[in-house]
Amino acid sequence: MVSGKTTLSELNPGQGARILAYIGGHEMHLRLMEMGLIPNTEVRCVRIAPMGDPLEVEVRGYMLSLRRAEASTIEVELL
Amino acid sequence: MATKVRDQSSQRPLKVALLGNPNCGKTTVFNALTGLRQKVGNYPGVTVERKEGVAYTQHGVQMKVIDLPGTYSLHPRSPDEQILVDFLLGRIEGETPPDVVVCLIDASNIERNLFFVTQVVELGFPTIVGLTMLDVAERRGVRVKSEVLEKKLGVKVVELDERDEKKVISLRVALSRPDLPRAKELVEYPELVEEAGRDLAPSFQRPGMSQDFAHAEARLALSADEERLDGLNLGPAKTRLKIWRQRLDREAPGWQSGIITARYAFIGAILQDVVQRFNPNRPSTTERLDKVLLHPVLGFGVFAFVMGVLFYSVFKLAVPFMDWIDGGVGWIAGKVAGLMPDGPLEGLLVDGVIAGIGGVVIFLPQILMLFFFISLLESSGYMARAAFILDRLMSKVGLHGRSFVPLLSSYACAVPGIMATRTIESPKDRLVTIMVAPFMSCTARLPVYLVLIAALLPDMEYRASLQAGLLFGLYFIGTAAALIFGLIFKRTLLKGVTPSMILELPSYRVPRWRSVALEMWDRSKVFLRRAGTIIFALSILLWFGMNYPQVEVVVGSENGEEIVEKVSSLENSFAGRVGQAVEPVFEPLGYDWKVNVGVLASFAAREIFVSTMAIIYKVEDEEDVDSVVDALRLQTRSDGSPLFTPLTCLSLMLFFVFALQCMSTVAVVKRETQSWTWALFQVAYMFAVAWLSAFFVYQGGLLLGFS
Repeated sequence: MVSGKTTLSELNPGQGARILAYIGGHEMHLRLMEMGLIPNTEVRCVRIAPMGDPLEVEVRGYMLSLRRAEASTIEVELL
Repeated sequence: MATKVRDQSSQRPLKVALLGNPNCGKTTVFNALTGLRQKVGNYPGVTVERKEGVAYTQHGVQMKVIDLPGTYSLHPRSPDEQILVDFLLGRIEGETPPDVVVCLIDASNIERNLFFVTQVVELGFPTIVGLTMLDVAERRGVRVKSEVLEKKLGVKVVELDERDEKKVISLRVALSRPDLPRAKELVEYPELVEEAGRDLAPSFQRPGMSQDFAHAEARLALSADEERLDGLNLGPAKTRLKIWRQRLDREAPGWQSGIITARYAFIGAILQDVVQRFNPNRPSTTERLDKVLLHPVLGFGVFAFVMGVLFYSVFKLAVPFMDWIDGGVGWIAGKVAGLMPDGPLEGLLVDGVIAGIGGVVIFLPQILMLFFFISLLESSGYMARAAFILDRLMSKVGLHGRSFVPLLSSYACAVPGIMATRTIESPKDRLVTIMVAPFMSCTARLPVYLVLIAALLPDMEYRASLQAGLLFGLYFIGTAAALIFGLIFKRTLLKGVTPSMILELPSYRVPRWRSVALEMWDRSKVFLRRAGTIIFALSILLWFGMNYPQVEVVVGSENGEEIVEKVSSLENSFAGRVGQAVEPVFEPLGYDWKVNVGVLASFAAREIFVSTMAIIYKVEDEEDVDSVVDALRLQTRSDGSPLFTPLTCLSLMLFFVFALQCMSTVAVVKRETQSWTWALFQVAYMFAVAWLSAFFVYQGGLLLGFS
């Protein structure tokens, strides 16, 4: 694949990716970074909630749930 | 660098602050240390209230241990974090900063936990880092070398297994050390941030606190939320702080994320030496459980089943216990009535006090049941999953998955529900949740519903399912109102972005039964205290209001002189007069002045309605729903037509579904919002909703020819 650039919200369950950058300003970006989602971190989409939102991702060995709206502001590169 | 923790000769107990991420086992360590009761929760942010307990170091020195809310960061972004930071910095009135800080790390989740630790350590307190859940980490293929971690952090590190009482001794031993090392700077800050910190430090300097501390505090304040900052009492320093922030944003864009990245870089570097990784042999229990519990189809099934069991237990399994209490109260009332001479005092005790308190205590089994389940769900880790599954629904009305727990708790009682909103980060979303929580039908409404349903639908075999259906309908209407008004508030008064839902899904754990039991005990204590104080006082007040002033009645004559006796007359009593005065307000809803007395009395607490109606209609056995219902059925209007027609009953039910009739709730809303305006606004708008819906149902029903 030439470019695997996408956003965290586009990952399918089981897919892994590396965080590239945060898009735009969002008040929760700092909180997400504090929880370990900083650029260059590997994340994995574990599952999507039954109603399609939120997502569950694995990051730094723990499980975190966040909404599509937030995940779509995180640019990732597929692994 | 070793400094004396404090003067050992002083009499003040050692003040120890217990910190850590949510779900790091903090509460369990707190229980092991102090033996003081507190619940263990898995739902992030469940430890809302600050708890403290007395403990002893291994050398017998007395300590005051404060269990602070579990947070992910020192940068205050929620009320929880604000409390934590204010406490550490000694900004809470009458509260000195701690002598020692104990910061716990969940070893199975060490990277993120270390982030918080590096922040705490840099504050420069004598610090002990406690490693918990080493066994879970081991199963996941992570082994933590605590002695290496100790070297890297520069503070004391101890290994704690919270299931192993003995190991808490290692913490006690560490706490005995008079020369606990203080930390050094771990992370290099951007130069401009350092400069800002140095420049601002003198403004943060307070008597009795070191320069380093002021420096650390200034740096923390630099990256605080604008909103939080406005709430801080900083005086002239605030302006300078804002100027520095603007300069940093201009000259060093991304400086805040830079600090975070620097921390994780530091953590990544030390972890290579601190952690030994090997391959775990099988997928974790949590992963396997989540495959079922969060399954697109099965997940809903499990959730529905869990909620079904919860409601069945609260409404069915609790009944025999409620009957026992009912019987007990009746027995006591009978005994007291038998022992005492007839008269006002007997009336006060039997009709006022015993009936009033008995009418409240009867809900204890339901409260216990509900908190048994809530505490079970929280401590097992399922509550976070429930929020995960339901978040989509909550976000549709602009709320957060976290609003789910407060709203669910409000089915039992809005008071703990509103207290549980402290875990919601955005103040606006928190306020919306508080504003709508009392729409959820609480247990205090239940007796009112039961009596009115029984009056509406006579108890015949085939009607049982209809009664249950109507009851469910009332719960449904209340819940729908909560969601609809949540949406309205989010769109109007409390406009704001749909909140984010950043929620950790912690590993499942076997609930600790002792903690569950203690939680139930704590809740019942709160509930009984309410029964013993507010309800007690109100019962007496109401009894007086309904019995005085008395009227003189001629009961006969003797020797040409009339014998006059003073007797109570509801019509002439204070309560009766008020009931008549408000007739214009409630007449359109179909209530007469006697019902008004009950409705008004229930603004203190809803459950009072039933006992008040029982007193008004002089029901012999007022604890017995059937006899109250029979009395209701006999009531007529002045024209002789029955008063409690189906329409009147429906109108009353709707009024009770919507109206905020609970003094305790008003008091707790005032406390949590710090505003009488919001508390009174809530009473007013809920009254309006209640009145209008009762009005439309009653008048509409009349127009359509129903009775």
